[in-house]
Amino acid sequence: MAFSLDTMEQTLERLLLEREIEQFLYNEAELLDERRFSEWIDLIADDMHYHMPIRRNVKFGEHHRENSDSDSEISWFDEGKETLAGRVRQINTGIHWCEEPFSRVRHLVSNIQVDSVDGDEVHVRSRFIVYTNRLADEVNLFVGKREDVLRRDPDTQWKIAKRTIILDQNVLLEKVITTFF
Amino acid sequence: MVSINKSRGDRSLRSLVDPDNGLIARDTYVNEAIYQQELEQIFSRAWLFVGHETQVPNPGDFIRSRMGEEEVILVRDRKDQRLHVFLNSCRHKGMKVCRYDDGNTLVFTCPFHGWSYDTDGRLVGVPYYNDAYSKELDKSKWGLHEVAQIANYHGTIWATWDSKAPSFEDYVGSWAPSIQHCFQSTDGEDNGVELFSPVMKWRIPTNWKFPGFSFAGDAAHVAMTHRSVNAASIGPQGNRGGSERFPMTAPFPSQVYSSADHDLGHGGQNTIYENTGARPYRDTWHTVPGVDEYYRMTNEKKQKKYAGKYMPPGGHGGGHFCIFPNVILDHWRILLWHPHGVGQTESWRMFQVDKEAPKLVKDAQRRYVMRYCGPGGLTESDDMENWNYAFPASLGTIAQRLDYNFEMGLGHSHPDEEWPGVTLNYRISEEPARARFRRWLEFMEASSWDDIHPVKKDKK
Ligand code: FES
Ligand SMILES: [Fe+2]
Repeated sequence: MAFSLDTMEQTLERLLLEREIEQFLYNEAELLDERRFSEWIDLIADDMHYHMPIRRNVKFGEHHRENSDSDSEISWFDEGKETLAGRVRQINTGIHWCEEPFSRVRHLVSNIQVDSVDGDEVHVRSRFIVYTNRLADEVNLFVGKREDVLRRDPDTQWKIAKRTIILDQNVLLEKVITTFF
Repeated sequence: MVSINKSRGDRSLRSLVDPDNGLIARDTYVNEAIYQQELEQIFSRAWLFVGHETQVPNPGDFIRSRMGEEEVILVRDRKDQRLHVFLNSCRHKGMKVCRYDDGNTLVFTCPFHGWSYDTDGRLVGVPYYNDAYSKELDKSKWGLHEVAQIANYHGTIWATWDSKAPSFEDYVGSWAPSIQHCFQSTDGEDNGVELFSPVMKWRIPTNWKFPGFSFAGDAAHVAMTHRSVNAASIGPQGNRGGSERFPMTAPFPSQVYSSADHDLGHGGQNTIYENTGARPYRDTWHTVPGVDEYYRMTNEKKQKKYAGKYMPPGGHGGGHFCIFPNVILDHWRILLWHPHGVGQTESWRMFQVDKEAPKLVKDAQRRYVMRYCGPGGLTESDDMENWNYAFPASLGTIAQRLDYNFEMGLGHSHPDEEWPGVTLNYRISEEPARARFRRWLEFMEASSWDDIHPVKKDKK
């Protein structure tokens, strides 16, 4: 089998990009799990949109309505960097009772797929399992999918410009969502 | 009346609940038998909040809602457009006939054997009706099970399973104007709001009364529970105000009280207006240009409307009260605490917004309530931790020997001259919770609505 040089270069480039993105996402998970929230905030673009829709049970053929719309409906989260930074300030007061003492949190990120490259932005999909364990015996499990837009950045390599979090739940079975995704 | 055998001897319900002294035995929150009796004697009798008419605007529109532990369907009939509330359980073998959160339908067709029901509840389709049932099944007897009474009060939909329950107006008593007010748009027009969709629904591992009986009126928890949220500056004022609270109001001759109806069990925190008219508007939405312009304009209309008239207690920005047993209303959100097992609560949030508001205003309002409320809300998340862990810490043998303390403000209340049946207390007090328990005991002891105030008017 013969590869043209062109294809080979493109393949390599793509592999390197995928590898870079994977490492970025793993590193991001590390920051969150190690509670380095301020460093995590630094990875967020100033115009970032962070959206976790509420999932509806809808009739076949109405799946366009399944996830609540960020433009007009209620979501679990629908906010920007400023509010996320506010959440970090709140956790760091030491009196945010549902995170004081801290929960033990692990982000497992997988199925990373680079969808498309658009100038200095990449569209990336990934799956997550976020396990939290709190006080003596409280266990929570968040499973879902993320759709990210990452933007090249001279300081942090990448910044998260947009993140949609598709949580696989309808009635939320956890009492709070105080972790980041 | 049940008696429960406990280590402290055979105790009647009455001995567990002492509103006069602000003492409530922990059994009332953690005992399984008492919980089952609540489902039977409170949730199957009381008027319960089911939804809002703007959730089902068109013929055939439906939402799935709840009454107590059970699912109901709120649907607008295709033909005469009347609203119905049905138990979501097929009359054949009990399957859920509706498993969508909301939508529009011609009929509800059961996925088990295919019985189908019209949007007015009539059983209209039965497979094998001719051959297997020999046309002998009396379809008229097997429609969806419907609530005994339904009320549409200024757009809010309420229902009860009990035909003996008094009218909705008698049930809410002198709280009716306050409810009406919560569903006026900010210009003071009746039925002027719609609800955002979808409903926030989530589970809290606690007894429903922790939030249900305390949330409206427990002003004492704010300073401690919600201290951290000020660091986040989530208010519409942004960093300027720094506050977690809803827009600060302009000064106006009025007084905030904790309010309690000891006969009906309703109450919370209410503003009593000492002057006629509506308070002036104070700019608060510094973070979103254009929003203040809209609210200033609507407030001017409201001021005109109320010129020379007193606002009902707890108008915009001033009310936050429970309608017994499990809904709390204010002018911007609806809080529901559905019992889901003795130690589980399914919490719901719905949010009002002016129907006529421009998109810019609706968006600002919506983003604010998402920051504030629900399991991801910067303010409300800290409530969950407290309600959650108060429950297991009340479960133990030793813990259950102790009472909860509801003494705050005991002996310092006074009746309101203008507001029939309502007792006022300092703005931070447990008066509303004491009233709730008085009503709770009445429901739990009574064998039917004949023994519950107010008895149905057409009786005796
Ligand atoms: S259970 Fe519904 S048709 Fe049989
Ligand atoms: Fe609270």
